[in-house]
Amino acid sequence: MPQLIKVGMADLNIALYPDILTTIGLGSCVGIALYDKINKIGGLAHIMLPSSKDIKNNSNKAKFADTAIVILLTMMLENRADKKNIVCKLAGGAQMFALKNSSANNDILNIGVRNVAAVKKVLEELKIPIIAEDTGGNFGRTIELYTEDGGLMVKTIGHGTKII
Amino acid sequence: MVDIDGLNSFEIDVLREIGNIGAGNAATALAKMLSKKVNMHVPEVRIMDFKNVPDVLGGAEQPVMGVYLNFEGDVEGSVLLVMDEASAHILIDMMMGRPIDTNRPLSDIDLSAVQELGNILTSSYLGALSTLAKLDVRPSIPCLAIDMAGAILSVPAVEFGMTSDKVLFIETEFIEGADNVRVYFFLVPDVDSYDTILKALGVIQ
Repeated sequence: MPQLIKVGMADLNIALYPDILTTIGLGSCVGIALYDKINKIGGLAHIMLPSSKDIKNNSNKAKFADTAIVILLTMMLENRADKKNIVCKLAGGAQMFALKNSSANNDILNIGVRNVAAVKKVLEELKIPIIAEDTGGNFGRTIELYTEDGGLMVKTIGHGTKII
Repeated sequence: MVDIDGLNSFEIDVLREIGNIGAGNAATALAKMLSKKVNMHVPEVRIMDFKNVPDVLGGAEQPVMGVYLNFEGDVEGSVLLVMDEASAHILIDMMMGRPIDTNRPLSDIDLSAVQELGNILTSSYLGALSTLAKLDVRPSIPCLAIDMAGAILSVPAVEFGMTSDKVLFIETEFIEGADNVRVYFFLVPDVDSYDTILKALGVIQ
């Protein structure tokens, strides 16, 4: 029986075949699913903020796009994943609330967009291709990464369920 | 942002008192709106790891209702009011003067009613801050979302997340007759606003 491994907010983990990685209730946060299809090794990170460099309290490396992805990749390589096989799928980065006539904290409300952009930049630097994504919008997402085939299921409330 | 880890017990007491009066204002506003007597329990200030906050509302995937607004003036920041779906249904049915049925699908009118309710509750809550601290606080038009608890609660978690891995919120229970609804307020003052509030209240020099 495959085990369901939960990844919390500002958390990351890897899984070997046949286990499944999941993270629940992504809002503006981004779920980064890495997968090596030859060795059937998956990795999942749930990041909250774009960069650890902008923030003083940055001890939790899994919280930031720039630090989390590198750690996740390292963990996978340590478990015999091969860098040249690794591809990425992304989900999340929504804007849960849109305020009218307010400039005050738009930077915070559009954090989802900034998270996705930061994730893409890091992946580009690491030369990891993004083969599918379901990002943006104004709704939450729960995702499951299957190590069997690298499918990423995206569940929502009122916006359907799909596998990307 | 608030450095929650750096708060002492006296400062937490002050926040509790703001929460207490804010929730009292909200209960009064609710009673006026429903034309019914509304009681409440003494609000509880809770500080916990943001990872665990969705569990308070039944888990990260549970649908919840959130009303969010930000405020400007002498202090800046945001307020998020969250309640579980059942509580939202109860409040809507009370407002609409119909029997309580938590399985009823929500119409557009229900949604705009609950947004207005959220507006009144958050504004009256925020009113405590301006009255107590004698500060100019101007709320924005609120925004409503019904979605997974994890997704809605990620909004204050990100705001607090700039400085901490913890979130501070206030839990209040309103009681009307045999029904009770539990409401959670997340007040996130901006970087410097927290000191402004504590100074205005005479807590710090």
